[in-house]
Amino acid sequence: MSEVAATSILPKTDGPLGRLSDLFWRRPGLLLLLMLLPPLLWLGIIYVGSLIALLLQSFFAIDDFSGLVVYEITLDTYKQLLIPANFDIILRTILMAAAVTVASAALGFPIAYYAARYATGKWKAVFYLGVMLPLWSSYLVKVYAWKLILAKEGILTWIFEKLHLSWLLDAVLALPVIGGNSLSISYIGTFLVFVYIWLPYMILPTQAALERVPGNLIEASSDLGATPGQTFRTVLLPLALPGLIAGSIFTFSLTLGDYIIPQIIGSSRLFIGQAVYTQQGTAGNVPLAAAFSVVPIVIMGVYLWAAKRMGAFNAL
Amino acid sequence: MARRRLRGERMKVLAMTSAVSFSKVSRHFGAVRAVDAVDLVIEPGEFFAMLGPSGSGKTTCLRLIAGFEQPTSGHIEIFGETAEGVPPYRRNVNTVFQDYALFPHMNILDNVAYGLMVKGVSKAERHRLADEALALVKLPGYGARKPGQLSGGQRQRVALARSLVNKPKVLLLDEPLGALDLKLREQMQEELKSLQRKLGITFIFVTHDQGEALSMADRVAVFSEGRIVQAGSPQEIYNRPRTRFVADFVGSSNVITPDAMAKLGGERKWASLRPEAIALAGEGVEARVKATSFLGSATRVSVQAGETALSVMVPAGHPVPEADAMVRLSWKPSDVHYMEGEA
Repeated sequence: MSEVAATSILPKTDGPLGRLSDLFWRRPGLLLLLMLLPPLLWLGIIYVGSLIALLLQSFFAIDDFSGLVVYEITLDTYKQLLIPANFDIILRTILMAAAVTVASAALGFPIAYYAARYATGKWKAVFYLGVMLPLWSSYLVKVYAWKLILAKEGILTWIFEKLHLSWLLDAVLALPVIGGNSLSISYIGTFLVFVYIWLPYMILPTQAALERVPGNLIEASSDLGATPGQTFRTVLLPLALPGLIAGSIFTFSLTLGDYIIPQIIGSSRLFIGQAVYTQQGTAGNVPLAAAFSVVPIVIMGVYLWAAKRMGAFNAL
Repeated sequence: MARRRLRGERMKVLAMTSAVSFSKVSRHFGAVRAVDAVDLVIEPGEFFAMLGPSGSGKTTCLRLIAGFEQPTSGHIEIFGETAEGVPPYRRNVNTVFQDYALFPHMNILDNVAYGLMVKGVSKAERHRLADEALALVKLPGYGARKPGQLSGGQRQRVALARSLVNKPKVLLLDEPLGALDLKLREQMQEELKSLQRKLGITFIFVTHDQGEALSMADRVAVFSEGRIVQAGSPQEIYNRPRTRFVADFVGSSNVITPDAMAKLGGERKWASLRPEAIALAGEGVEARVKATSFLGSATRVSVQAGETALSVMVPAGHPVPEADAMVRLSWKPSDVHYMEGEA
């Protein structure tokens, strides 16, 4: 009897686990549903739900006398965003995010290019380690370390002094608006730390995109008479653009939302993240905080739409 | 008068200049001698095939001509001009890549017009020329599609059009038919050949398929281990292989050891004997039939004559012996080719 079972072409299912796998084999959709349900619940209820709650809050306003939220739909809170003090915050944040993104792309692209096209074996490992290592340590530690580096008594000032370049540092700090008493309390300082902290998020997607560009396309372009510069503009850059855009989404949105870096390093002028923090905390104006939070969402939406319109994702 | 003389002189110079010439060209990658002291002359307008197994240096030779590689030593001239140190984008040489290397983010028209675009040809003009080139490769009206929407054979034609639109002096083809199925291959072989006749451009063609090389090329160079073992017309290569390697690689020729040749009644030298030159008739050597395989237009019969295994091609319509039958083999002594390249 057992011999028959062993040689049978269609052996019977054994045990509940076997029956379960048979069930999943017959209904692959069921397995998919079971796998996706927890993350969908998480994203759907916790994330999207709270986002909607936030959006709703922004359509309420606060009563100026009682300081209590009036639960009536109004656009008054959004109007408040447009008063100069608040609008400056938005403008300042967008400009900083844009500057950080451009600088990260300019710094990150050559590194990503080297890693994708030249580094092999050991050097590839060194690249990944070098890019990822800063991400392993605490964000706060890094920011405070930068505060020490950039401070007036810090190592950077000292290096400039030893190189007899103090005049250069002073000239930079004397620049209107972006300069200041020392790097650690200027926009330049904020910018430098932002670029440092978010750079890996630009390098990694750019490197992945460059890695997917076949080497023979570069050769073909050169073969057809394109100088290296032309090849870069017409072949390499368009094909790497989705990666650069992905990276810029990280650097741009992370800068838009951050409230710790500008608080520790920089002038005391507020960024959106700090405004949200203050409004929902000390000021107790949750509707205005919510309206501020909507700004980065809208900006990112417009940015992605524009990128798509310009054909940034055509090569995907 | 003076002008005419000048022109006459120029013609003479042109007539003397070869399209591509290698003198003692080597390309080493570390300890690997990919190309080892190769001498080679390719005439203008020639359809030249570089034939060899993978790793024999033929593709590296092509890349040396294209400019993707620089020689470790030796000298390369393209139409009389020194090629060393000249980047690929300054060479009037175009390549059809093995996997076509079409730009995925551009449509077919822009792919074909690419070479003209980087040279600054106006949009209207380059699109007109690209349309012409697409018509030349029998793909008119495909300009608006993306490379991903075409079949392998169509992409191959686009790659060809993209090169030809630049009117190169030399066209390099790196196993261009490798990815196509048999039917399409045969069709493209004929088309390439007639295209080359029509345009008069020097074609240099890399392949590991001996049938392709023999059927298409005016001249074939057989590569092995970074060197050219034999160069000559397809007939020469096929009928008079210089070495065992060439005989083995190029044909299904019977390679016969000196001892066996002596026993079979010839000279004591390495020899090759084509299967179709052997007849299963007459009063020759006795042999036992080991196996037969039907090939359509002929039947291949494997026989054992003493210690020597031979294959014999029996044309369709002739009687085919059964396995294990005893047959007698005969051939004309003039069909035996002694390989001078073998010691």
